[in-house]
Amino acid sequence: MKISRAEVEHVSRLARLTLTDRELDAMQDEMDKFLGYVEQLNQLDTEGIVPTAHVVPMENAFRKDEVQPGFTREQALANAPEPDPAGFRVPRVIE
Amino acid sequence: MKLYDLTLTELRARLDNREVSSVDVTRAFLDRIAATDDKINAFITVCEAEALAAAKAADRRIAANEAGALTGIPIAVKDIFNTSGILTTCGSKILNNYIAPYDATVIARLKQQDAVILGKLNMDEFAMGSSNECTAFEPVHNPWNTDRVPGGSSGGSAASVAASQAIATLGTDTGGSVRQPAAHCGVVGLKPTYGRVSRYGVIAYASSLDQVGPLARNIGDCALLLQTVAGFDPADSTSVDIPVPDYSATLSEDITGLRIGLPKEYFIEGLDDDVRRAVDQAIATYRNLGAELVEVSLPHTDYAVAGYYLIATAEASSNLARYDGVRFGLRSAESDSLIDMYTRSRAEGFGIEVKRRIMLGTYALSSGYYDAYYLKAQKVRTLVRQDFTRVFEDVDVLLTPVAPTPAFPLGEKVDDPLQMYLSDIFTIPVNLAGTCAISLPCGFSDGGLPIGLQLIGKPFDEATILKTGYAFEQATEWHKKKAAL
Repeated sequence: MKISRAEVEHVSRLARLTLTDRELDAMQDEMDKFLGYVEQLNQLDTEGIVPTAHVVPMENAFRKDEVQPGFTREQALANAPEPDPAGFRVPRVIE
Repeated sequence: MKLYDLTLTELRARLDNREVSSVDVTRAFLDRIAATDDKINAFITVCEAEALAAAKAADRRIAANEAGALTGIPIAVKDIFNTSGILTTCGSKILNNYIAPYDATVIARLKQQDAVILGKLNMDEFAMGSSNECTAFEPVHNPWNTDRVPGGSSGGSAASVAASQAIATLGTDTGGSVRQPAAHCGVVGLKPTYGRVSRYGVIAYASSLDQVGPLARNIGDCALLLQTVAGFDPADSTSVDIPVPDYSATLSEDITGLRIGLPKEYFIEGLDDDVRRAVDQAIATYRNLGAELVEVSLPHTDYAVAGYYLIATAEASSNLARYDGVRFGLRSAESDSLIDMYTRSRAEGFGIEVKRRIMLGTYALSSGYYDAYYLKAQKVRTLVRQDFTRVFEDVDVLLTPVAPTPAFPLGEKVDDPLQMYLSDIFTIPVNLAGTCAISLPCGFSDGGLPIGLQLIGKPFDEATILKTGYAFEQATEWHKKKAAL
């Protein structure tokens, strides 16, 4: 296996995903196959090749710092899972 | 002829001559959707009231002789576009209650013309998939054979055009998600150059690869829809500020002497016999039309799928971090702490393919593996791009198959992710290179399934692939065939 069960669990914690034991097993198997497949990239010598992050040559995109119309508080909160006119309600963070 | 069988150009003429109203046309399409969508399942949401209101506004504008190209024309859009006041799910359970508070730029541009938006189309969840089976809203069925997939991820966008449920649609293409379903459903689908169309308000999958694209029954209609949505948008810093040419004006230009490259890496062992035969016939058609066909090589083609799935999953893992149950979307009812709420909401809300890609992308970006996977893939991306740059010094257009096989049966690849990924083998390199390509119908398999032809153009040269496709359309009848429903 190119990836251990412990690594899969570690990655699921990094990704903030709760996975069941069965999902972790399946994920390990599929990730192992995928990592085996992408190993072919090592056949290519990429020494000195500049990586492409983006195809459009871009400078910083500046704009004037002007106030534009935005959402009202009501609009911004309209999709909140727990309605509260003051903000986004979440479980207690500080005990 | 039924109103829903007209092309955009034909319908435009009837609307402008007052032979028919947009309200009548819109009703005809809404009826058509109601009559056919139990078989196809292309729509997640049908926007009947909004569509009829838009049609009325369009009729007033037509009466005032102020119609634009799309005024009063029934269009449908992939459920990846934010549409103000309307459910926008991205095919996911995690967004099954999300009412978009604003319009994507492409939606705003449709509305500026008083185009009629009929509804929101089914798709693979977060645009991750090649068969439209990875949706939280039941798979889409191919109108040519309802036991087959329509392709993905814009499966609803392609199937609805093929089923005459909309005149044209918008999809998105990250690794082939417009072109591959267009090929499988026998319609035209165009992936513009990265930067040609604004991504503002388009729910992100892989931001350096995503691009909005039109699907339609023919090249001329596709050009009109592209014309409306293309162009610089200050709200998307990756959209490019260069003029958009008049695509319709150059469609019927002569292609005598046009140099068409045939990349040998795309005509491989394992290419389905029916696909090979149809593409070979297309090559013969172009030879008769006076084009010069030359064999070329894109030597890094074989590495594109591996490079793509590393880059796309890495970008996806970052983009999808925003779905945490805090501000919108599904929140798990089970959680007792903040972290628990994040992890359970994501576990309940995401489907298996999305989880898989988040896991792969997170791994590829994680400490100790970044250089070996993500950085390596970005360097391979450079090599793939350079292949295209080099070959476009010699030819104007590249001609290839769109997919290695016609539409496969529902259920065939859904449990084999790697096989599913390989169905995008001929479309992915274009996204890595960031250039433009179009898929158009070029024949049928022995089993009666449509086959697509891909024409790849130079960056920002959509005009040339459109006119090259148009010349083929004038010489053939494939685009006139209709699925019997």
